[in-house]
Amino acid sequence: MGSSASVPADGASAGERYRLVLPTDLTLVGQAVETVMACCFANVDPSRRTRFRLATVVAEAVANAMLYGNRSDRTRQVTVEIEIFADRIVVAVADQGDGFDPAAVPPPGDETLDATRGRGLFMIRRLADHVAFNPQGNTIWMTLPRR
Amino acid sequence: MAFKLNRVANGVTTITVDGQLIVVNRQELKQLVQDAIDRGERKFLFDFTRTAYIDSSGLGALVSISKRVREAGGDLRLAGLNEDLRSLFELTKLDTLFTIAETPAEALSGF
Repeated sequence: MGSSASVPADGASAGERYRLVLPTDLTLVGQAVETVMACCFANVDPSRRTRFRLATVVAEAVANAMLYGNRSDRTRQVTVEIEIFADRIVVAVADQGDGFDPAAVPPPGDETLDATRGRGLFMIRRLADHVAFNPQGNTIWMTLPRR
Repeated sequence: MAFKLNRVANGVTTITVDGQLIVVNRQELKQLVQDAIDRGERKFLFDFTRTAYIDSSGLGALVSISKRVREAGGDLRLAGLNEDLRSLFELTKLDTLFTIAETPAEALSGF
């Protein structure tokens, strides 16, 4: 598990690819998760833990892209790209917003235990094996196991 | 419907979360509990036995609901978290904020 502010080193490798383009509509988040899961696990039977990790980070990243990236602007889109390898999955979620500095987002601390926001990026970083952003901060890559 | 509300003996309202608790349905859950508080209900048990995943908005909604219940002088308990959901509460340290029981039956006996 970890994170960096660069594109994934293995981004140029060949894998089975899918692309999902969504309007900014929070009611589509669950459907997006189901679609990604169907693509990633079509021919494998992953562990419950793997399903949980993928579902959670995709739901989180797509919702963040719609809410904070596209600022709920329904004319803007969120693009989800999946690259599937034998042992891992790389999911990219891109929004059409101005981007943000992920390094400036503090992890939740004891003093914010009862906060109702601020856990999303922390959860993604803890649940994915690797997390990276483009320099603008409006695309996130998340690498997870496939089994 | 993602949420099912039941009233059981000893005045406990159980809410079953079916599927997922995420950004799109968090408000529905908050309203469900607020309506119950307005009706005078004060003891709540959230059953996550049938829950696949929860995002940060869902966790935030639970924190918000917990505050409302406490402010109303009530009690909120969680139960039925599988190993993955339990680890989510642990890594966000929310396991220290909520009373979490292994099973709904165990939670009910503790009210």
